[in-house]
Order: sequence, then C-alpha cells, then structure tokens
Amino acid sequence: MIVGERKPLEEIIDSLEGARKVLVAGCGTCVAVCMAGGEKEVGMLAAELSMAARLRGLEIDVTQATAQRQCDREYLETLREQVKGRDAVVSMACGIGVQYMALHYEPLRVVPGINTDFMGANLGIGEWVEYCQSCGDCLLAETGGICPIARCSKSLLNGPCGGSSGGKCEISKDTDCAWQLIYDRMAKLGRTDRLARYRPPKVWKTSRDGGPRRLVREDQKA
Amino acid sequence: MKSGSNLEKVLSKGEFALTGECGPPRGADVDVIRKKAGHLRGYVDAVNVTDNQTSIVRMSSIGASKVLIDLGLEPVMQMVCRDRNRIAIQSDVFGAYALGIRNMLCLSGDHQSFGNQKDAKNVYDIDSIQLVNVVYTMREEGKLLGGDEIEGKPSMFIGAAENPFGDPFDFRPIRLAKKVAAGVDFIQTQCIYNMPKFREFMKRVVDMGLTEKCHVMAGITPLKSLPMAKYMATKVSGIDIPKEILDRMEGVEKKKRAEEGIKLAIEQIQEVRQIPGVHGVHLMAIEWEERVPEIAKGAGLHPRPTLE
Amino acid sequence: MGDASKAGHEPKIIAFACEYCSYTAADLAGSMRLAYPASVRIVKVPCTGRADAIMILKALEEGADAVFVSGCQPGDCHFLKGNARAKAMVPGVKRMLAEIGLHPDRVEFFHVAASQAQRWVEVVEEMTSRARRLGPNPLRTGGGPEYGPAAGSGGGEGDRPAEKGSAS
Repeated sequence: MIVGERKPLEEIIDSLEGARKVLVAGCGTCVAVCMAGGEKEVGMLAAELSMAARLRGLEIDVTQATAQRQCDREYLETLREQVKGRDAVVSMACGIGVQYMALHYEPLRVVPGINTDFMGANLGIGEWVEYCQSCGDCLLAETGGICPIARCSKSLLNGPCGGSSGGKCEISKDTDCAWQLIYDRMAKLGRTDRLARYRPPKVWKTSRDGGPRRLVREDQKA
Repeated sequence: MKSGSNLEKVLSKGEFALTGECGPPRGADVDVIRKKAGHLRGYVDAVNVTDNQTSIVRMSSIGASKVLIDLGLEPVMQMVCRDRNRIAIQSDVFGAYALGIRNMLCLSGDHQSFGNQKDAKNVYDIDSIQLVNVVYTMREEGKLLGGDEIEGKPSMFIGAAENPFGDPFDFRPIRLAKKVAAGVDFIQTQCIYNMPKFREFMKRVVDMGLTEKCHVMAGITPLKSLPMAKYMATKVSGIDIPKEILDRMEGVEKKKRAEEGIKLAIEQIQEVRQIPGVHGVHLMAIEWEERVPEIAKGAGLHPRPTLE
Repeated sequence: MGDASKAGHEPKIIAFACEYCSYTAADLAGSMRLAYPASVRIVKVPCTGRADAIMILKALEEGADAVFVSGCQPGDCHFLKGNARAKAMVPGVKRMLAEIGLHPDRVEFFHVAASQAQRWVEVVEEMTSRARRLGPNPLRTGGGPEYGPAAGSGGGEGDRPAEKGSAS
C-alpha cells in the first residue's frame, strides 16, 4: 500500500496562506491504514489547525470530511457538499488524491496534508518498509520474491556489492541488504544456481524513466 | 594484447604486478596530482584513479587520468555506476580511450549517502558486472548496448573489484565467476587484513578455474595509526580487520605505529605473493603515497619491469 | 507574560482517569477527606487506552488549561496494554502542542493505582501548579502562541518541558 506521513503543521499553515474557510479532507484507504490521513487524522489536524490559527490571530474556519478514496471520481464526488464555499482544501490523501481532488474541484485550491513516501508492506504496528518501485517489468520470479530494484540501495541486478556486511546494506544498519535476503531465500528454495547467471541491464523504459505512464485497458472500455 | 597497456603486459608476461592509487583533488588543482605522481613514478606499473570515491566530489577520474598520462604515468581509470547512465558511461569510455587511457576498473560505487552531496539523485542505471560486459562488448564486437556499430573500438584492459570479506562469503567467488564470464581481465580486491579468510577465498577461486581466465591482484592498505585502523574496522563497510592486527598496532608505542603499519604492509605483500592465483598487489597508500617507494623496495618489488 | 493574568486564576483541568485505578484513587481521596485543589474535572474512561489524542486536543481547543491522562501502574492494566498505549500517545500530543503554539507541559500522563489516594492528590497538585505557572490557556483568553517559533521570543518563562514527565 501507499505509505505516507503527516506534513509538519507549519508547512500546512504556510500553504493555506490567505484561506479563511478550510476543509480538511481525508481518505479512507491507504493513508488511513498507515494512520496518516484517515478520518482520525483529519480530526486531529482540524483541531490543530483551529487552535494554531486562533493563537496566531488568523480567522480560519475549519471543517472536516473523509471520502472512501480520493483517486476515483465517484468517491471524490461524495465530498461536493463539504467542498462548497471553501477557500481551500487540505487533502490528507496521497499525492494522487491531492491532484485528482484539485482536478475534480478545479479551480479550488487543494494543498497536501501528507508527504507520500513509498509503496510498502506493513511489518508490524507502526512500521512499514519500501517493497516496490513500480518499475513496470516485475522480475520477482527470478529473485525468490524479493525485489532488488526497490530494496537494494543501488538497484543492482547482479548483487550484492562489496558493501554488504552482516546482512546489512552499507548505507545503514537499519537497512537489510536485499541481495543477502535474495541469496538466503533462493538457498531455502534450492535455487542459488540461478544467481550465478548474468543478468543484463534493466529496461527502464517501463518505469518512470520512460516518462509518465499511462495504462489503457481496451477490454474494459465498453 | 587487448589494450597494449603496461599493466596488461606485466600481467600477461607473468610478472608480479604492482599498482598504486591516486585520489584526485577536491577541486581543479592539478598540483595535488603532480605531487602524488612524483612519489609513485617508477615504483608501480599503473596507478588507479578513483571516481568520486565515497561520493565526495573530486576531479573526474577521466580528467585526472589524462593529467597522469601527461605526467608520464599509466592510469587505471575507475568508473562507478552511481552517477552515470549508460549513455554517459559509453560516451566516457570512448572519450577516455581517445585521451590515451587503456585500463579501466568497473565499480558499482559507494552510495551517495556517504558523501558531501547527499541530496543528489541516484543513477545506478547499470551495475558493475553489466558495465564490465558493456566495455567487453565494445572492445570485442565493436557494438554499443542495443547493438549499434561503433566508430573506433575502445580496446580497454578491463578490471573490476571484488571483496573477499563481504557477505555472503559463499557467494563471493560465484560473483567473481560472473565477472569473468562478463569479460573481466583483472580483479583488484578490497584491502586485506584477514589473511586466512583471503586464503580461503583464493582457494575457491583457483578451484573454480577463475585464475586461468583473469588476474587477481590483492589489495593492501598500510595502516597509519590506531584511530585509522579502528575507523576502518568499524566504520568502513566491507573491511575485516582481525583483533590480532589491532592489538599489534596498539602494542607498539604511538610514535612507532606508522612504522609498524609499513612493516605489516610489507609482510602482507610477501605473504600474498605466495598464495596461488595472486598475480599482483594493488597498494592503496591513500594520502600516504610518499611511503610507496619504501614498501615496494621492502617487499622486493623494485625495480619494476620495463617491457616492450 | 504579566503575573496579573495569572494571579487568583483557578485553572480548569480535565483528567481522563481509568475506571479501574485512577478514578478509584480519586474516589478514595474523597472518602479520606484529603484536601486538594478543585481544579480538576474527571472524565471516567473504562481504560486510558480509550483516551485518544483527539480527545486531549478537543479539551484544549475548548479552553482547558491542562489535560492529564491517569492510568494503572505498568503491568496492572485491566485490558493488558491500554495504559502503555496511552502513555506512548502523550509525547506525540506534546509535540503537536509545540507545533500549535501551546506549552507541552499542559499535557501529561501519570500512573496512579486504585489505592494511591495520596498519589492522586500529588498529581492534581502538580498539574494545577503547572497550569497556574503557565497561565490560562491562550485559546480562552485570546492570547497569542506561548511556545515554539510562532511565540516569537521562542517561548517564555518555563519554556522547557518539566523534568519529571509521566512519573509513576
């Protein structure tokens, strides 16, 4: 899922400069799960904004609403009543939701309430780790289900590099060496011989390097 | 002969090779190179020129390598994958060759989080093994990645690094085999202090027949001081310094430690010379180039062979 | 920050006290006729784990001068980890207060067991003393930020969070 974190309050206040009527709009999907932008977090930010505004002598009227998702127009539409009359919206959704909301309710000013960090797995309460870089050409079958593009700091395809030590990446003791993980997994699968094969340079065309991506499913367009 | 470089000649004639290292300046000051070159000239077969090592911005290795050529030394141009995509890499190989550079060392590159440009964008378009293969294909087939024909082949002597002390240990010789399969001519190892582990590594490498296909040069770094030894032991990834060595340095009084480090380096060189499959030593006396002459002499590696 | 605004000011303090321990201790203090400031309004919760950051923020937004959460001693929570959760939540609220411009000392977590009537009294006295020191909640008086960069002078007297945090 998409993982994000609430932006610092000061940054949000700055981006609302000039707005008098603000809606804090949450999203009930990924950002709710990682406790950054769901209904609860909307409540907190709304309270924080109200209080901060009053202390700074700013007249800001803050309201709240949460949609199931902000990346589908049907769900964005459910916020129409709450959006009416507002000068600005703090969207607590990921970068996708912020943009789509801005498009759907154009020319309404929509500012982000969170920083969208990465696509990751939930390791446990309060801990997530980046697992996928959406390269568009998944090679997980070759690496025992562990992605070297996302989880190796150097995205090596023929890793590990010389900096792998004690199962950790050279950049930090908190970062696992993806290639150690791959090696261990492939050993458990009895397939380490596959790691001796040369892997040619990646085709980055299918990832963001090839330009902003677009998917059209002709079979779905009635 | 692939490249005709001096290093290639020394290694293919079966002479025990000795390379040094020259870190380019953190700026455009050529005098820094001139001074280091002065210490190394005549004592080594070739000089490695690092490429923004530890992600600290220095004069480019292409530029510094050319400066060395003009000063009468033969460079081994290091190239990392961290900062350049395949377009720039292939382009730089052409440029390097055109400037007279004949030896290349292909590396992944220390992650940028180590250096002084931590906010930079990462590249890592290809990895070090793929880089070896790219340069090999240019030399042998005259082709770029993607198959386009080249106008003038860069016939480089191709090197790579290997770390016998990195994890997983069992995979390291296999990784070396991959580099050999990709087209590597010579390997320089990370600096060695754990001799038993290195012997084990070399044994596996020899058993796999890899030393018949490429030349392995053992990395040696003389220890200047106890803080340096401790720093390397704990803070630099991929370096394994056994306790006995740290104890040895500590056991000598402070002002004699540098001498002890030199003595140790000479002993290490003599020791690796005896290990089957080791065809040379890569001496990394970083910011201590002035001691290279005495180490070379002390280890019986002076004068260097002059070959046609 | 003149003293006049603080003199004779009876703080309004909200306490979230868990039914099993702290609320019982408060009750006991009452039966024992222990004297303590009349500053606290107690909100009984089944467990302090129920106390949420938003509840604390709301209390302050509505004008409370201080808010504290009081739960069972470590390991004694009737619902196993509720008190630990509440205790972990409070530092986050203090950071939020700092960002908003309120003094982090206005919020605290304490452990008070059912039998600790005297401890309850101490806790109330501690929070009352803090509330008096900091003065009324500026949201009530229409004042400006009292803490953090927005406070201009970078916080006034007593701008360091109290040394004794969530003491047992």
